[in-house]
Amino acid sequence: MASEDVKLLGGWPSPYVMRPRIALNIKSVNYEFLEEKFGSKSDLLLKSNPVYKKIPVLIHGEKPICESLIIVEYVDEVWNSGHTILPSDPYDRAVARFWATYIDDKWFPGIRAISRADGEEAKKKAVEEVIAGLVLLEDAFIKCSKGKSFFGGDKIGYLDIALGCFLGWLRVTEKLGNFALLDESKTPNLFKWAEKFSSDDAVKDIMPQTDKLMEFAKVLMAKSKAS
Amino acid sequence: MAEELKLFRTWSSPFALRVVHALKIKGLEYETIFEDLSSKSDSLLRYNPIHRKIPVLVHNGKPICESLVILEYIDETWKQCPLLPRDPYEKAKARFWAKFGDDKLTSSIWNVLTTQGKEQEEHIAATVQNLKLIEELLKEKKFFGGETIGYLDIAFGRMANIISILEEIMDLKLADEEEFPLLSAWMQNFSDDPVIKECWPPQDKMIVKFQAVRESYLKTVVSQ
Repeated sequence: MASEDVKLLGGWPSPYVMRPRIALNIKSVNYEFLEEKFGSKSDLLLKSNPVYKKIPVLIHGEKPICESLIIVEYVDEVWNSGHTILPSDPYDRAVARFWATYIDDKWFPGIRAISRADGEEAKKKAVEEVIAGLVLLEDAFIKCSKGKSFFGGDKIGYLDIALGCFLGWLRVTEKLGNFALLDESKTPNLFKWAEKFSSDDAVKDIMPQTDKLMEFAKVLMAKSKAS
Repeated sequence: MAEELKLFRTWSSPFALRVVHALKIKGLEYETIFEDLSSKSDSLLRYNPIHRKIPVLVHNGKPICESLVILEYIDETWKQCPLLPRDPYEKAKARFWAKFGDDKLTSSIWNVLTTQGKEQEEHIAATVQNLKLIEELLKEKKFFGGETIGYLDIAFGRMANIISILEEIMDLKLADEEEFPLLSAWMQNFSDDPVIKECWPPQDKMIVKFQAVRESYLKTVVSQ
């Protein structure tokens, strides 16, 4: 089963697409990356994810798997020798899944809210909320890492992937707004972790360069202003 | 070590009901703490400081929050009567549809409850589209989990309850038996299951509650 063909439908700027790519890299799985053209959806995407029509989609043999974190868990379960991505203890798994849900449902929408905020006051409030979220995640890091380099311990795990994929967009938001979100004084552990995560072998070649991502962000903003 | 299980819940929360179903299916003993959400207990705030919400399952002093996360924790900790499929692909599909239920289906049903007129008609249409996708999943199956109730049945379980309540309050049909034969049969099979039936929130109380919710939303619109 593990030896069947693996394809990933995605796009280089998407943090959600980064998640399964990191997981596949950790497991040293060879896969074909099918880059979706920005602004249009391929027939394969529409066929493999008819419900949401979104990337990423993992296609393993003939089977499509959708939703980034569900794909990560799938990869961990199918290629189950060597390094495990989810913690092995059920309670640690529950904690990791809890924080991943928090990141997706509350924290990352906060970053989006910064760019959408109307006026200085609203922007300031949005920034404060993102930083407050990072302070919570700093605390989670201390508890989960138990003194090691990553949420997952010595090696990258599920929660590292869930949060780390947003570092590119976080840096773009910082640069565009000329403020710091990931602050060494407020969240020293996360600050250090961000560097380690970005330079990890499973991540470094697929983490989008901040300048390239910024150019893409500007194109996106121009398009949304025009429509 | 003796297991200590506590569940913080309210009588009507569908998310808490998921945990109740899972615990009952696994045959687990637990203590229930009913919360008054207008005046949350110190314990709840201590166990779930981030969201301050129920349900929270506390196992030997350690809190687990978020109903779907709790379901997976229960399934991984107590191996009898497995809830999730063993096969990774089937598991991924179950997780996908549970998330769909929470992200899309629940909100479309809620929108039907809290609107009227043309706006409500649009939300009814959206709900019917969503239900059609769920109907497809039940081909050749009694339950989403197969022969027995599983994770996805529990995740969708609330639907079996809420749809009939909404249909009664608003005198409309969301899941017509002719259009949704499999879903209609599932709703009956699910609610008739003895383990599920035992923990069903009282129908008359639910009707009163949702009637009040609908009225308060419609009042807000009128006063705007």
